[in-house]
Amino acid sequence: LKSVPPPFPMSHGTTTLAFIFQGGVLAAADTRSSCSGLVACPASQKVLPIHSHLVGTTSGTSADCALWKRILARELRLYQLRHGRRLSTGGAAKLLSHMLHPFKGTELCVAATLCGCSGPSLVYVCSDGTRLKGTLFSVGSGSPYAYSILDQEVHWGLTVNKAVSVAREAVYRATHRDAYSGNCVDVFHVTSKGWTRLASFTILIHNSYLRKLINGKSVE
Amino acid sequence: MEYLVGIQGPDFVLVAADNVAASSIIQMKHDYDKMFKLSEKILLLCVGEAGDTVQFAEYIQKNVQLYKMRNGYELSPAAAANFTRKNLADYLRSRTPYHVNLLLAGYDETDGPGLYYMDYLSSLAKAPFAAHGYGLNKRFILNLPSFTVRVIDKEGIHDLENLTLGAK
Repeated sequence: LKSVPPPFPMSHGTTTLAFIFQGGVLAAADTRSSCSGLVACPASQKVLPIHSHLVGTTSGTSADCALWKRILARELRLYQLRHGRRLSTGGAAKLLSHMLHPFKGTELCVAATLCGCSGPSLVYVCSDGTRLKGTLFSVGSGSPYAYSILDQEVHWGLTVNKAVSVAREAVYRATHRDAYSGNCVDVFHVTSKGWTRLASFTILIHNSYLRKLINGKSVE
Repeated sequence: MEYLVGIQGPDFVLVAADNVAASSIIQMKHDYDKMFKLSEKILLLCVGEAGDTVQFAEYIQKNVQLYKMRNGYELSPAAAANFTRKNLADYLRSRTPYHVNLLLAGYDETDGPGLYYMDYLSSLAKAPFAAHGYGLNKRFILNLPSFTVRVIDKEGIHDLENLTLGAK
């Protein structure tokens, strides 16, 4: 496969995260789409629903992620029609990984975490071939900063509200330090009943975190 | 930085692998199992390029199981090792070579325990002990936090306690 040289240098600027806890699976991401130094879109969707019980975070090249998510949604629906049951999260991840394998070594860049709740499960799939099942993942240029919050705060027994605030803070801290992450925070909560999208939080919550620093009160 | 090690004893093979799945400098998982069970008494330990490892190891695993289904008996460790090496060699001069380093450990009823070393250039050597990577814990700049340990003997594959070594 001969690849066409990219028209301008692309950076994989994003912060996405997902973790499993007692209330299901939580996925969050920022909404900034960057094109080298330009914020191409301040309101892009990086957490995309694939079907009613499966949600995927995306990182890498926006166009590649959007396309492959649609292809995955189509293939999962075909599987469901042919076999009469839904493919598990692990199965969906394996399907995506095998579909991306022929493009290994090309410019294709997709790094997704699939969050599903047929038995809460979380799988990280990357276009370089990695496929990892786990309980906590963060992907993107802002991921080290997000990990610093998540590694401390995330545990199984979190309440839903606390989990949402931890996810929100992790993305916020990443957007604070990473130039390629910013704007708003999208949070999705997946349970056995399906996914729900929580209200998009803007990073003007910076003010409330600043107050936390001054007053020592916790932010909800 | 990944590590595999195998030691062949008089009637067993002991193998260990580190537990880190990394993406550049970030540890994405610290409890990742790099051993693939080919049959009741054969383990394939696989490290190398992301994606290539799982794809290649699962391909070998499924083919070894298929052999058993078709023929009614299992491949011996020596046969499995040579089959693996042939596949690596066939892909080596293709457009999609697999960049994987392997250890295959098994127990054969007639030949006893065996440890086979293979690398990404599809070399194959039967050795009494073998390793891939750096497992030093006091002299190396990076420390791998924990290791999965298993032993294969005539009874089959047994899990041993995970090794967690800290820098002392």
